[in-house]
Amino acid sequence: MSSNKSASKKIILDGLWGNNPIFRQVLGICSTLAVTNLVINTAVMCAALTLTTALSCFTVSLLRAYTPRRIRMMVQTLIIASYVIMVDLYLKAYWPEMSANLGPYVGLIITNCIIMGRCEAFAVANPPVPSLVDGLFNGLGYSLILLAVSITRELLGMGTILGYPMPYFSTLWDKWIIMVMPPGAFFTLALIIWLCRSIQTTGREKTS
Amino acid sequence: MTGLTGEMTHALVVCFSAIFTGNMVLSYFLGLCPFIGVSREIKTAFGLGTAVVFVLTFTSGINWAAYHYILVPLELDFFRFILFIIIIAAFVQFVEMIIERFSPLLYVNLGIFLPLITVNCAILGVSLFMVIRDYSLIVTVAYGFGSGLGWMLAIVSMAGIRQRLNESRIPYGLQGPGITLIIAGLMALAFIGFSGVLQGR
Repeated sequence: MSSNKSASKKIILDGLWGNNPIFRQVLGICSTLAVTNLVINTAVMCAALTLTTALSCFTVSLLRAYTPRRIRMMVQTLIIASYVIMVDLYLKAYWPEMSANLGPYVGLIITNCIIMGRCEAFAVANPPVPSLVDGLFNGLGYSLILLAVSITRELLGMGTILGYPMPYFSTLWDKWIIMVMPPGAFFTLALIIWLCRSIQTTGREKTS
Repeated sequence: MTGLTGEMTHALVVCFSAIFTGNMVLSYFLGLCPFIGVSREIKTAFGLGTAVVFVLTFTSGINWAAYHYILVPLELDFFRFILFIIIIAAFVQFVEMIIERFSPLLYVNLGIFLPLITVNCAILGVSLFMVIRDYSLIVTVAYGFGSGLGWMLAIVSMAGIRQRLNESRIPYGLQGPGITLIIAGLMALAFIGFSGVLQGR
């Protein structure tokens, strides 16, 4: 039982930090980076993504014994697509403004490599529950970084967080318009990757 | 500006703006994974770029037809994600077979990234944008072609820059994806310069 516990602890830590989807695997930043100009958009996208990753990994793992190897990619894509359609319809029905804001990017979760990557790397060879945990925490690790990007961008570019004006930043701060535009996303993400990787290497040197 | 001439002009404008002002990678962040993963060498970047142009041009046309002649009459609009991805996957499989047959070297170089064209967001992205923006067939194909070309332009220039950077000393944490993203940011900045030229959507 204790080995089981330590295994899931390792999965969780790997997803969040050790093997973080963004700064270690550099996967799947496409569909979400575009909406990091506003924190609220990012939060919704990340929630949708985490949910889809977790559920897709779970389903792929459940069906892993019945899926012929040759067509597994297709099966995985269809599983992912079904969950994305649910998320998309849900958003359209209950939050039409958000759905319009996110535009095609909700649909693009399907092609987000992180989901496929986790399904291929973990879910096809592991039982459902660890796969669910793996998908969930990879999604969370991913969301963590992107939320950091979006908070930086919204704060420096518009002086607000979640639409609320921040003291100092909304008044005295000279707003960096570049942060709202695409280059800002690239720069912010690059700096965050740099920071995280440096912290990680120093940590490793210390332990070894 | 009505009829075919108007349509052609629109197509041309959309095509150019997809290359420069609305570049897939640099302003919509689509297709970033291969953009970072396969941009180490100009030759491979060029090969993948060509494959993307090819796949994009054709799948956008096929998807347009499938959407307007199958999904819209049947009112199965929400089904488009699945249909598009199936069409793209089938088409990529086809291209993969051709490349394997005619250019084994390219096939070896691209390795796992060829199947990943299926999950290249740029390809699905073009099809989804075409639905949202309500393009006609000619405009859609022009948009697909332009987007592919713009993507290729971006990845080839990125590979060129990264080859130059091979010799330079980059801080450890910034090596690989970090520096690539910074270069991408600088390129995006440069491409913003085009935004006054064309405003076609």
